[in-house]
Amino acid sequence: MTQIRPASSEQPWAAPEEEPIVRIDKVTKTFGSTYAVDEISLNIHRGEFFSLLGASGCGKTTLLRMLGGFETPTSGRIYIDGQDVTDVPPYLRPINMMFQSYALFPHMNVAQNIAFGLKQERMPSALIRERVAEVMALVQIEKLATRKPHQLSGGQRQRVALARALAKQPKILLLDEPLGALDKKLREHTQFELVNIQERLGITFIIVTHDQEEAMTMSSRIALMHDGRIEQVDAPRRMYEFPATRYAASFIGSVNLFNGHVVSHENDMVLIHSEEAGSDLLVHHSQPLNPGMEVTVAIRPEKIAVRDHHGDDPNSIHGIIQEIAYLGDVSIYHVELPSGKRVQFTQSNVLALAEQPLTWGQEVALNWNAYSCGVLTQ
Amino acid sequence: MNGWLLQLNNRIRALLPGKGLIVGAPWFWLALFFVLPFLFVLKISLAEPQLAQPPYQDWIREIEDGLITIKLNFGNYAMLWEDELYRDALWGSFEIAAISTFFCLLIGYPMAYAIALAPTHWRMPLLMLVILPFWTSFLIRVYAWIGILKNNGLLNHFLMSIGLIDQPLEILHTPTAVYIGVVYSYLPFLVLPLYATLVRLDNTLLEAAADLGARPWKQFLTITLPQSVPGILAGSMLVFIPVMGEFVIPDLLGGPDTLMIGKLMWTEFFSNKDWPLASALASVLLVVLIIPFVLMRHYEQKAAEELK
Repeated sequence: MTQIRPASSEQPWAAPEEEPIVRIDKVTKTFGSTYAVDEISLNIHRGEFFSLLGASGCGKTTLLRMLGGFETPTSGRIYIDGQDVTDVPPYLRPINMMFQSYALFPHMNVAQNIAFGLKQERMPSALIRERVAEVMALVQIEKLATRKPHQLSGGQRQRVALARALAKQPKILLLDEPLGALDKKLREHTQFELVNIQERLGITFIIVTHDQEEAMTMSSRIALMHDGRIEQVDAPRRMYEFPATRYAASFIGSVNLFNGHVVSHENDMVLIHSEEAGSDLLVHHSQPLNPGMEVTVAIRPEKIAVRDHHGDDPNSIHGIIQEIAYLGDVSIYHVELPSGKRVQFTQSNVLALAEQPLTWGQEVALNWNAYSCGVLTQ
Repeated sequence: MNGWLLQLNNRIRALLPGKGLIVGAPWFWLALFFVLPFLFVLKISLAEPQLAQPPYQDWIREIEDGLITIKLNFGNYAMLWEDELYRDALWGSFEIAAISTFFCLLIGYPMAYAIALAPTHWRMPLLMLVILPFWTSFLIRVYAWIGILKNNGLLNHFLMSIGLIDQPLEILHTPTAVYIGVVYSYLPFLVLPLYATLVRLDNTLLEAAADLGARPWKQFLTITLPQSVPGILAGSMLVFIPVMGEFVIPDLLGGPDTLMIGKLMWTEFFSNKDWPLASALASVLLVVLIIPFVLMRHYEQKAAEELK
């Protein structure tokens, strides 16, 4: 997974004294007896590219629609720039939204669509023309000004929708699955472009997506949602390397999970006994854990290394290769441990013509570093 | 399959009648029940009236063996142009049709919009209420308006009993009565197509408009109204066209000064027995009505393309 954003970019969320641009305070939304959003509190800071990530039905779109003003929270408050906007209608919020279906007005041409929001502000028409030309240049659709939406391709419509939402220079731009309708190639290209535009304009972007790769690539931070609640809020890298819950670990990327119990915890090192793994596991972990506690150890497939002999040291397992998936850049190996537990590990295919050292039915010894895995208690 | 085999197969398929039948059925219907009768009417309109059965002289006649004379009479058309009565009647019909259509829109649009916005399980019952009057004979419903509108009718009784007026209002046999009758009778024809258009409107378009700063009234004017133009046009045509030729309502509710082309046609056909003149009148009316219809079709097609 590539990350476009430089790792050194500022981290406004690490400065708690600054007033967040969006403050969601214990917001709940029920439809009948189902909790679409269940008491969520969340701060989003100026200039962030923030992703609400989750499977369909997790409440991410409902949360976004509440920010836009299209749904009213059942309880809780929403503040934008310090102002309570919970009961403010959409047309008075300093927010614009790019809809999943794009919602372009079919009876207006591209320029009229983009000018629509500016006209509502009663902006002088010379200024409107100028601003429309500006945003059309920004998303490179200058030549489409007089086309009607039905004459545009999917990618062009997406750009028009983006231009229309940006034209009013909102403080916050909401994007509901902005790349969902595009094909894979175009999606990857557009991801980069969205990030570039966001960085150029400095507008806070809040995006809803079910695509973890998309969220990882573009976001400054991700909120992973599950069943109307937030599982974890973190920067993409931390989200991947240090998932907070079992759900977070398995939703983003692939992971091997070993259940076990704590044997001891000394000097930030936890020793865990796991029947499944058939080995003691040693994990770096700074939060205190009591001996005997049931925990799960998470280790990513790419962090598992093959060694030439099986040892008795911690984090060493062995098993038989059952399946191999060749993906080009990497191969994924499925290994069955003596306990019956299946483990995945990956290896980069560095050499083009090298004879495969690993093959079906072969016994392999594997191990990993205590700093490469994590302990999950939830 | 080989190339030439495929081609042969396609040729044979093209010759099979199945597809042609389906496409041709409406055309056949149109030819049999519209074009053919209209040609008869056109033919009669070029004949000369006579006191006989049928009351016109055929303009193609065989005098002797093999000798055929054709005598076309354009006098009827000339008369329609020269005699102010017919122009006034055409104008009168146009006026009544246009104003009635306007009032139908004024009443029907909110009705259609309300039904389209109603919860799904309410829509069917509400539509049924709109269609319900059709279950009673049109004639009886128009007669009922006589009972309501006449000087000692229900309406005047009611208004006098609550003390709003002390003299009965003269409504029956005035243009007002015709307007009431027409708007009442043709309202469903406008509500139904308009509803069909409004219920299909994409709600996210309104959300997008709201998001971009449009207040509810502005959302209606800039999104809902322009998007419903196809429904407005279809509904208006369904009211305007039949009202132009309406005969029963002006005859029953209107007075002697209500001049409409349908009434005039009736008089020419049945009272004056001047079939050629009446036919000329019918032909002119048809041509006048076909123009807006063709324009509407054109617009509808364009709108349909946009919605795709």
